[in-house]
Amino acid sequence: MKNRQLKNAKTESAEAELFFNRTGIMAHPDLSVELIRAAKKTVPSLPRDGKQIAAIRAGYLNENLPIGSAPVIVVNGSEKAGEEELSADADRMSVLLDKLGERLAFERQGTRLYEAFLQKLESAPAEHESGPSTEDLRHICNEELEHFKLLQRAISGVGGDATVQTPSADIAGVLSRGIIEIVSDPRTTIPQTLQAILNAELADNDGWQMLKDLAGELGYSDLEEQCEKALQEEQEHLENVRTWLSEMTLAEALGEEALFESDAADSEPEGERGTRKRRRPANSGSSRSKKRRKK
Amino acid sequence: MSLDLMKEKGIPLDQQRFDWRDLVHVPSSKLDDDAFTRVRIILMNGIESEALRFQHACARMNKELQPALARVRRIEQHQQTLINWLLPADLSPLETTIGFEQVAIEVTASVALHEPDEYLAQVYRFGLLEDFDHLYRFSALMDRVTGADANNILQSYTDILPGRPTALEHRAPEDDLRECYNRNKAQPISKLNAVTIMGGEHQTHDYYMTIGPMFADPIARQLYAEIASIEEQHVTQYESIIDPEETWLEKWLMHEAAEIYNYYSCVTHETNPRVKAIWQRFLDYELGHLRYVLDVFRKFEKREPEELLPASLPEPIEYKSHREFVRKVLSEEVDLRAQGKQISKKPETPATRQYRDQMNSKGSPSETIAAGYQWRPGTELAEETPDIRKLQKRVA
Repeated sequence: MKNRQLKNAKTESAEAELFFNRTGIMAHPDLSVELIRAAKKTVPSLPRDGKQIAAIRAGYLNENLPIGSAPVIVVNGSEKAGEEELSADADRMSVLLDKLGERLAFERQGTRLYEAFLQKLESAPAEHESGPSTEDLRHICNEELEHFKLLQRAISGVGGDATVQTPSADIAGVLSRGIIEIVSDPRTTIPQTLQAILNAELADNDGWQMLKDLAGELGYSDLEEQCEKALQEEQEHLENVRTWLSEMTLAEALGEEALFESDAADSEPEGERGTRKRRRPANSGSSRSKKRRKK
Repeated sequence: MSLDLMKEKGIPLDQQRFDWRDLVHVPSSKLDDDAFTRVRIILMNGIESEALRFQHACARMNKELQPALARVRRIEQHQQTLINWLLPADLSPLETTIGFEQVAIEVTASVALHEPDEYLAQVYRFGLLEDFDHLYRFSALMDRVTGADANNILQSYTDILPGRPTALEHRAPEDDLRECYNRNKAQPISKLNAVTIMGGEHQTHDYYMTIGPMFADPIARQLYAEIASIEEQHVTQYESIIDPEETWLEKWLMHEAAEIYNYYSCVTHETNPRVKAIWQRFLDYELGHLRYVLDVFRKFEKREPEELLPASLPEPIEYKSHREFVRKVLSEEVDLRAQGKQISKKPETPATRQYRDQMNSKGSPSETIAAGYQWRPGTELAEETPDIRKLQKRVA
């Protein structure tokens, strides 16, 4: 018995040594003091005038080359080129296709993000009182896929090529790199994954709003309506993700029990708490977390 | 406890097996693992990379050795994969770069300290001061372009200071060549050291050439272009210290011995038990490779290889902060320059001055990024908080 206790203590001590953040200056105080003292005496080989880096950047900025070009517009199998391409119509169409392409790329990637998130949640070792259920995530994932298909049809419908990677789609892809890395990393927790998804949903909401406005301004009323419907669904996603992240962060800080006890005033029906996660539909924002956010 | 290379059998080749899951372990932790665990991972990736590079070159020149080389090389490739994949996805290319330079400083310092040949030790110290400066320039890049602190990676083990300024490291190709050791007279440790540092530097060059274009900012792209060029000079320098008169099989034997020596050093120092088990496993694999290559050597060279190998392994590479040694070298040798194969305070050759003037004629990225740069805890944007002031007073 004594040996086992000793072994347990040793294991715990070894684990504590392994799971210890070493990045800060206080992790190795003696070494850090040496580092700081020496750095204070640095004699840079060139004095700073604050303009050198800007000058290098300016040299390239002045070359004025784009990251890529908007796709050519295809109507009835022929390219609209020459005078027509230069027309105001073509300019407007070009912008619309660029932004449609951006949303398409985002929704397609969003579907994959939620698939990965779903798998992570299904494999999560412990059930949480707060946070999304697998049904919640499946629901959102399906809507992301529907939005992608909607955009495929919309691009094709206005004479575009839905397989093109437009400049805005490319930018959105670069922006999302970190989100994918976080969601797909098996070491990240559900709240950490939600943090990444929140960034995606925030961008997505503004993206749909802009696309809806653009379609309206350009006179594509059917597309505007479809965008409005998608925007409403995306607003629900955002609201839910915010709620889950907020709840899980608080639960992490206070403990799940404390969180739920303090929310007794929400007067949920008896027996609701244990199964609540499963029962709450994807679009039902939690009144508890709404209240917390107001504070 | 040291290893007797002629007695240790290791694991036979036919028992050295992998599967795809085994190649991809859960990676090390950027935040929690000791910086020297990352240093070892980066170096051993370089050592295995060098094993592959050498064995391919050897195969291209020696048809009769191709089957044996192919067999060993497949295992080396899988070892390299397993090791390199221990780096985590949250370690950015620039953070990994900081790790690479920490390897170049701390490992080269240990090698320079233990190198018995004074000329070779001088060569290592010469290269060390250049990599030391790269760390300072990359730290400035990290701070000023990405708003991050290089010491999150270095964990206070390594100073962030100018060394021999990178802008002055550009030399004519002939001034990067050095004298080689004599294959018949050099001590085994000198041969192991040379393969180790050459492998590490070659991998550093290849890494910078791969990731340089991944940066968007022109200043970052320029800095990687400049420092990759120096790493190419370093590969030129370090490969020239190895006797080219060694036979192909002698070189293969020394590569295997260097792998053993390096895994042995890693096993000795590793603090993460999961990673330590990998070093131990691969040490046993490499001992198996050595047995196999010894037989190949006897078959083709018709002589006994014992004389080439040390009876027991030298003292392992020391994975620790070499701050005091590096500072001493910095204060005494930062003004040394290369003139052909010599390193002294004499003026550089006209060829080097002309080459450098040409390369720096439209500005120097390494000077630009670090103009006026002084590292501080939490980046140059941070204030000195009371806890840091208190810490300095307490230690004083």
